[in-house]
Amino acid sequence: MNSSATGTASTAPLLSLKGLEKRFSLSGDFLEQLQFKGGKLVRHQEHVHAINGVDLDIQRGEALCVVGESGCGKSTVARTVMGLLTPSAGEVRYAGERIDNMSGKQLLPYRRRMQMIFQNPYASLNPRMTIQQTLEEPIRLHHPDWSNQAVKDKVSEVMESVGISADWGPRYGHEFSGGQRQRIAIARALAVDPEFIVADEPISALDVSIQAQVLNLLMEAQQRHNLTYLFITHDLAVVEHFGTRVAVMYLGRVCEVAPTATLFARPRHPYTQALMSAIPRLEDDRPQHIRLEGEVPTPVHLPSGCVFHGRCPHANQRCRDEIPQLIATEDGGQVACHGVEENRIDP
Amino acid sequence: MSLLDVNHLDVRFALRGGDVQALRDVCFSLDRGERLGIVGESGAGKSVAAFSLLNLIAKPGYIAGGSIRFDDQELIGVSDRQLRKIRGHRMSMIFQDPMMTLNPVLTIGEQMVECLKAHRRITTRQARTISLKRLQQVQIPSPEARLDQYPHELSGGMRQRVIIAVALLLDPDIIIADEPTTALDVTIQAEIMALLLELCETHNVGLILITHDLGVVSQVTQRMLVMYAGRVIEQGPTREIINDPQHPYTQGLINALPQMATPGERLNQIPGSMPSLSKLPSGCAFHPRCGFVQRSDGTDRQACREEVPAFVTSGNCQAACHMVAEMIDSERIPAQEQE
Repeated sequence: MNSSATGTASTAPLLSLKGLEKRFSLSGDFLEQLQFKGGKLVRHQEHVHAINGVDLDIQRGEALCVVGESGCGKSTVARTVMGLLTPSAGEVRYAGERIDNMSGKQLLPYRRRMQMIFQNPYASLNPRMTIQQTLEEPIRLHHPDWSNQAVKDKVSEVMESVGISADWGPRYGHEFSGGQRQRIAIARALAVDPEFIVADEPISALDVSIQAQVLNLLMEAQQRHNLTYLFITHDLAVVEHFGTRVAVMYLGRVCEVAPTATLFARPRHPYTQALMSAIPRLEDDRPQHIRLEGEVPTPVHLPSGCVFHGRCPHANQRCRDEIPQLIATEDGGQVACHGVEENRIDP
Repeated sequence: MSLLDVNHLDVRFALRGGDVQALRDVCFSLDRGERLGIVGESGAGKSVAAFSLLNLIAKPGYIAGGSIRFDDQELIGVSDRQLRKIRGHRMSMIFQDPMMTLNPVLTIGEQMVECLKAHRRITTRQARTISLKRLQQVQIPSPEARLDQYPHELSGGMRQRVIIAVALLLDPDIIIADEPTTALDVTIQAEIMALLLELCETHNVGLILITHDLGVVSQVTQRMLVMYAGRVIEQGPTREIINDPQHPYTQGLINALPQMATPGERLNQIPGSMPSLSKLPSGCAFHPRCGFVQRSDGTDRQACREEVPAFVTSGNCQAACHMVAEMIDSERIPAQEQE
């Protein structure tokens, strides 16, 4: 299913990110930025560099998982892709069209084709709307010409497809459990027949037994509607199960992209290796955990060169000076690491 | 005689619609230096079980029955004054959110000194020396400087290290850790867990680890309890439960993990969700979600719907399940006939 889509006629990626950057200002408005320094009035600006030059292609039919720790910019990537944030630099192309600089009106047809599922189903459903209203809203917005009956039929159809009885339409969000709410959030995303879904940690807020239900639902939906996913998560076990390809992010940069099986069999980037070794496993042996020195630096003052060099056991002078670019590896992945390029790091 | 013995613990919450039983008939024990995991989904009662050990149940909750014996002393019904000698001193607690646990308006040093002076008659200078030593033990970089910093100046991982240092301040016998790494990232989580494990081993401190993460439990603990809807449904050595779970719920929980399925295939989900504690099904609380209510020959096991299952022993483990009981019985009867 997943691999068949890559072989179809259009080999152009469905979504492509080029040199994407996003900075958030920390210093408030213009007047707050003014400071006295040495008797002069100077303007002082500080930024959080949430993403710094991300290049990613997502092919039709695949599930690209973005993993990383909190603060690495994975949610910012998701929001920028959806147009909820405007990038500070770089471009977002959807099916070849540049969408990051479009007006809201121009974006409308794209909004129907791409939908988002958020992490917290307690916050993403409007508490003052019934489930019926919640699900009707996107359909009426995108298909103003549909009759009432057509809209209602569509709502019942998506509700049944996510395992929520269509009779529950008049209920409110708070009457449902977390797992059911997340199903409703998925139903809302599916209601307008999208082709691309961005899911930002869709199962992290759920219990273990419910996580499996929701993951199964997402995989079923992918097969039934031929969906493409951008799946943001921090849970590597989920990635291994769900993803076609994985992108590992660290401090706003992609450090490794590879097909899932390849990445798990042979992580190349030192950060990916450390991340993999940190997963608590059910197996008997105590973990061979690679300990990283220190903690993630602040994204306000980015380290020079490779963002990971301060914690990397293999760092040398070149890593401190030069920003590594993604280079293709022989097994179909890409990795941004001078050490891998120079063959300094054991696989 | 174990260090801690909990028997038939019963905790209720007095709500307007009547009492809700958050814990029913919970029994477990902990030996000196032993590490016990309590596993379950949200609402299973695992945090209530831990909180009740120190009588930290907030109103409208109350302990309705049972006994908690710690070092030969009954803790239920003792005065707050008595309990305060144990809380934070002989049993200390690590909570989930490190930002909520530390007082934001006191420096790390002030909080540690305050805790020491509350339990011991020592000078501030002595208390600072002990605090510094503890901060060194939890491997915080530049510990002297940390003493005069405020919690917000530290990162999440660092704060959790401080909290572990505080928990260890008075050489407790037991540390109760309620989801200590849930708010942290994977790499930090692995470090904090390794640290906690190492400190418990070197100081011979018992650990009660509450978590929903089966991976963490299997790495850290020696014994585990699985809870469902306010009851313990399975307990035994961690390794044995993980490798060969007896109760259908434990089996379902382990089989639902993504690593148990082939990548790209359906996960083995447990249907439905945990019932609300105020509307528990009759009999075994798990029966509406259980695939084993029907026997393999197609007949229904009525007991699952009608009777609350008692614990049956299977190897070193105990499970509260009619199906397991029946299987054990059927194995035992032919054995007796042979004699």
